[in-house]
Amino acid sequence: MAYAAFFIVAMIATGSALGLILRTNAIHGALFLVVNLGSIAALYLMLGAEFLAAAQVIVYAGAIMVLFVFAIMVLIPGKEETGPDPRRAARLLALPVGALLLLLLVFVIVGRLRGAPTGGPSGSVPALGRLLFTSYLFPFELTSVLLLAAMVGVLLLARRRA
Amino acid sequence: MVPESFYVTLSAVLFTIGVVGVVIRRNPLVIFMSIELMLNAANLALVAFGQRYGNLDGQAVVFFVMAVAAAEVAVGLAIIVAIFRIRRRLSVDDLSIMRW
Repeated sequence: MAYAAFFIVAMIATGSALGLILRTNAIHGALFLVVNLGSIAALYLMLGAEFLAAAQVIVYAGAIMVLFVFAIMVLIPGKEETGPDPRRAARLLALPVGALLLLLLVFVIVGRLRGAPTGGPSGSVPALGRLLFTSYLFPFELTSVLLLAAMVGVLLLARRRA
Repeated sequence: MVPESFYVTLSAVLFTIGVVGVVIRRNPLVIFMSIELMLNAANLALVAFGQRYGNLDGQAVVFFVMAVAAAEVAVGLAIIVAIFRIRRRLSVDDLSIMRW
């Protein structure tokens, strides 16, 4: 049962990722990315990371994708990537190189995972909160500074030059 | 219980799709979305590793990756919009002004 659920969600995730990079329309790509992020949230739930699943839906599928769709609407989709690709041969080289990268990743990482012990279920939301506010307190505070700096920087970049 | 190697394999597949997307696409917005795909693949691998070894540090790192990704998307999209205002076109092949 767990296997069936995993394979269904994995197929949805892979298919939507392929849709993102193969469709020429950027809006379709953004919608495929929403599907992909949602399926990854489902995988987090299967792994027992409830807080991250909720944060994934709120932060990624909510905030970040709204930004993307808004930017696509501003930048007039459909006018780019028309006409023949001037560097088609070089770009087609990405497929064998990508296959090589996949083989390498699976060989190195998954090959090393085999045989090692499996830990029990880790993770409840209170434990994660306690960890964030004790061991990771300094990075947590730095994150707030980073978000503030990003906000100020975006305001500066988006300002119209007089 | 699905073994963690399945999750890590799926993460490798998604990461590779993101890399190929960055290389073969010409629209900077789609390239950005492919980068998000790669970040998510790495997050999935981190959560799977944390589950395997039974501690929560992987989930804490994923939390920080999400915050940094939000900041990165905001700044990156602002840069793309600023470039589009000057150039009126949207293809990464045109943006070779800083190439030697």
